[in-house]
Amino acid sequence: MFNTASTTPEKILQMLAALLLFAAVMGVILFIAGRFGGKKGDRIVAYLYLLPVMLLLAVGLVYPGLRTIYQSFFDAAGDAFIGLDNYGTIFTDPDQLTVLRNTVFWVVLTPFVATAIGLVYAILVDKSRFESFAKTMIFLPMSISFVAASVIWKFMYEYRPDQGNVKQIGLINQVIVWLGGKPVQLLIESPLNTFLLIIVMIWIQAGFAMTILSAAIKAIPDDIIEAARLDGVNAWSMFRKITLPSVQPTVVVVLTTIGIGTLKVFDIVRTMTGGNFNTSVVANEFYRQTFNADNQGLGAALATLLFLLVIPIVWYNIRSLRQSEAR
Amino acid sequence: MFGQPTSPRIRAALAGTLSAGLIFGIAACGGGDDSDDAAGTDASASAIDCAPYTKFGDIKGKTVSIYTGIVTPEDKPHIDSYKPFETCTGATIKYEGDKSFETQILVRARAGNPPDLAIVPQPGLVKQLVTTGKAVPAPEEVGANVDKFWDKAWKGYTTIDGKFYGAPLGASVKSLVWYSPSEFKDSGYTVPTTLAELQTLTDKMVTDGKKPWCAGIASGDATGWPITDWMEDFMLRTAGPEKYDDWVNHKIPFNGPEATTALDAVGGYLKNDKYVNGGLGDVKSIATTTFQDAGLPIVDGNTCSLHRQASFYAANFVKGTKVAEDGDVFAFYLPGPDANTKPVLGAGEFVVAFADRPEVKSFQTYLSSDTWANTKAKLSSGWVTANKGLDPNNLTNPIDKLAGTILLDPKATFRFDGSDQMPAAVGSDAFWKQSTAWITGQDTATTLNNIEKAWPK
Amino acid sequence: MTTATPVTTTPPLVADKLSASKIAKKRLSSPWASLAAIVLAVLWTLPTFGLLVSSFRPERAIKTTGWWTFFSNPTLTLDNYRGVFGEDGGVNLAAFFVNSLIICIPSVLIPLSLAALAAYAFAWMNFPGKNVLFLIVFSLQIVPLQVTLIPLLEIFVNVKLTGTFWTLWLSHSTFALPLAIYLLHNFMKEIPSGLIEAARVDGAGHVSIFFKVMLPLLTPALAAFGIFQFLWVWNDLLVALVFAGGGDEVAPITLQLANLSGTRGTAWQLLSAGAFVSIIVPVTVFLLLQRYFVRGLLAGSVKG
Repeated sequence: MFNTASTTPEKILQMLAALLLFAAVMGVILFIAGRFGGKKGDRIVAYLYLLPVMLLLAVGLVYPGLRTIYQSFFDAAGDAFIGLDNYGTIFTDPDQLTVLRNTVFWVVLTPFVATAIGLVYAILVDKSRFESFAKTMIFLPMSISFVAASVIWKFMYEYRPDQGNVKQIGLINQVIVWLGGKPVQLLIESPLNTFLLIIVMIWIQAGFAMTILSAAIKAIPDDIIEAARLDGVNAWSMFRKITLPSVQPTVVVVLTTIGIGTLKVFDIVRTMTGGNFNTSVVANEFYRQTFNADNQGLGAALATLLFLLVIPIVWYNIRSLRQSEAR
Repeated sequence: MFGQPTSPRIRAALAGTLSAGLIFGIAACGGGDDSDDAAGTDASASAIDCAPYTKFGDIKGKTVSIYTGIVTPEDKPHIDSYKPFETCTGATIKYEGDKSFETQILVRARAGNPPDLAIVPQPGLVKQLVTTGKAVPAPEEVGANVDKFWDKAWKGYTTIDGKFYGAPLGASVKSLVWYSPSEFKDSGYTVPTTLAELQTLTDKMVTDGKKPWCAGIASGDATGWPITDWMEDFMLRTAGPEKYDDWVNHKIPFNGPEATTALDAVGGYLKNDKYVNGGLGDVKSIATTTFQDAGLPIVDGNTCSLHRQASFYAANFVKGTKVAEDGDVFAFYLPGPDANTKPVLGAGEFVVAFADRPEVKSFQTYLSSDTWANTKAKLSSGWVTANKGLDPNNLTNPIDKLAGTILLDPKATFRFDGSDQMPAAVGSDAFWKQSTAWITGQDTATTLNNIEKAWPK
Repeated sequence: MTTATPVTTTPPLVADKLSASKIAKKRLSSPWASLAAIVLAVLWTLPTFGLLVSSFRPERAIKTTGWWTFFSNPTLTLDNYRGVFGEDGGVNLAAFFVNSLIICIPSVLIPLSLAALAAYAFAWMNFPGKNVLFLIVFSLQIVPLQVTLIPLLEIFVNVKLTGTFWTLWLSHSTFALPLAIYLLHNFMKEIPSGLIEAARVDGAGHVSIFFKVMLPLLTPALAAFGIFQFLWVWNDLLVALVFAGGGDEVAPITLQLANLSGTRGTAWQLLSAGAFVSIIVPVTVFLLLQRYFVRGLLAGSVKG
């Protein structure tokens, strides 16, 4: 069961065996938990429930995370201790400063725009006749891998020179030409190129926002909505006074999740421009330094920077949670 | 019971997708096996002299894994070329092709999960792998083969701290300029034999109303590498092979006067609005044109006349294009400073081992032999090797014959691609990135200084 | 004072749905809303549509003209799809389909179950260290996959699990946990405490509360997260690259797709067809499961 399976039936059996094993482990945990009742039992049950999770997280995320922070104080090969030098590089090198600037653009624009679009769309199609179909249209980009998404948007942004019988094969440049302009090398012009790449991420994430917010909208009790309708409110008021406040906690969740996801994503930048032309972001630099330039120390420092950048997002989130609990 | 959504709906959905997968899988089981059998039974089943490979012991039934960055469609000739070895020794070779080879081999080596053998395309990467401590030196038989079949320089590329690690495998010639033979015939151009003649030819084409050169450096993560080739070619021609070696090994600074001259010479071609970018746009379009697409205007639309690129570029032309001296497209040797000085920039791959079991050693020996080289040549198009045991008549493609002739020319001075030998921080990072910035406007001095800064202390 | 209506069973639903649909009809009579929705949907689908069209065009056409010209000058070919399914000595994607499925299913079920348990503990139980632990779990979302690769791979090598599906199941499950716990925790908190209290009063322990009260209400959230996790794992390339390295037995479809573009070629025509093939399963999964969202988190109302 722990060996490499090579034929299809073997693989399926292995999978089923794994699932059964997992079910057994869960069963044991739940059985033991069931034995403890009352207030004191609460603590033990909670720890039991958290046990498998904490184990996996400790080994799979905490340990590598700590190791990375530790590594960020060492040099490229990981041998010599150099203190804060790597961080110094990040904040003084002009290329790195551009990277930081870009990252800020990404983290600010993507969550807000994607969430806004997702929310508006979810409201627009809520309970409509073609709701399922309509939501699938927006959700489709989420089911596409980043590689495929880059292929798709390559066809949108592609540039062909304005010569003779050369035709445009990128949609955006074609539209520009139809409107009488000259084709633009979209991915070279900075900072336009960063915004164009951000659009790809928004295109993908709006589906995520829409799905989660749609579930939240449907959770608004019908009687509240009906009462409001009977009072004669119009659509805009309904949105501002009923819908938005009710889904606000979910909006925060969505914003945060997209924000964190945006910080981590490097595939889009890497595949579409390779990080050139001033489009790189911290996540891409991390990959580049660690795997291309073989500079483990600087790569680790960039990863640690990502940890630090998430703190404002966490803080915002907790503040919202506290506020909504106080309501 | 296990805390998962118990709805029959979900079960149905999962069952449905699982069945779809099963159906595909069963179809695959049927289909896959057939195509494997049908494909490889020809050519390579010819018997070979097995003696040199069986002396390591009885390796029947053993498996050797070989990991490379060579994927479809170039992987097939490799896989087929192993069959004679498999037939005579009874061992099995497991080929793993992966586009992310260069990153993954390091990850695997560091984590302790390396393959038996790896085909490594850069001496710099070989060095990194040896540093992980997981690579094992090549067996003596391999060393003997390399002494016999290759120029001395080749062995040096993978000799680290006195130990020899990897026999060369295939090679490529980079000092080539692609052109259209029919265009040359019609317009009365002749193939230049010196750099000065190349310049004259270029100017002549401009007066004929053309933009002679086309170039493209976009290559995803590796964007910028073709400029490194241009610069290395010109470094060889303006500063000479010895200074080139010093520059590659950082005995002279990366941003010294020699390098500045070389890069400016490249700029004379690539940054000149009158010369580039034939059929593709302006100078900046070099940065966004993929290296694969860059030479195509020579054939489609004839809007470009000259494209400097390696021998492996032949695979990029659309199927049906005749690559031959009298065909749609061909290449000539990028000339040296004078007709008798022939520096040749090229590259190659090396086979590095991480295990020293008898079957691994045996296979390594096979790969370093002339038997393998000739077997492979007969199966390939767009492949060549610097193995002197190769009979050039086995090469099927005219461009391979040209490359083979250049490689084996005793008058040629061969030098391995510089960026492939430099440490990763320069060769796989700064050199590429700064070259890209250079072509989109950054000046030569800043570019070279930035690269020099990136050189590990 | 509180009469908690027994938690949802179908009959109350029907009654509510009727009035809801009446509201719906009213809502959509606004033509502006419909127009806006349509415009957005079209904009969103356009790029993908371009890819679909391209996947049926011959290589030359793709490289020299825009996909919209297909309509004025159609040149159809199935070559790209053939290339992707291995007729030409290319790669047979079907075999990797199975691998992808086998990787995905446990990688969805395991984290979902574990996260549900943990989220329940965070949402409805009190224990020392709760806030700190939750904070840590939440912040672990930021750990980039890449920093875990080598340490995890070393561990897998030591316990001799490399080359099996276990490496993928365990890694994917671990990476999913922080976000899963966070999302499920949020949904769980929305469940009115009245329901829980009522169940406790009836003498139910945590285990039965979890199964009889929470799970049914949580289905849309579980379905939502299940879909995302499925997609994430299905489309993942990096984890597969690192942990599935070592042959075709374990490699998923994404790995093969990435290699499809050839050693030196940019085979956009193959990539477009391949991308489409890899989309089918995720979209199907989404369509099948997304009916769950329609039911809503709280079907039926609680008077409190």
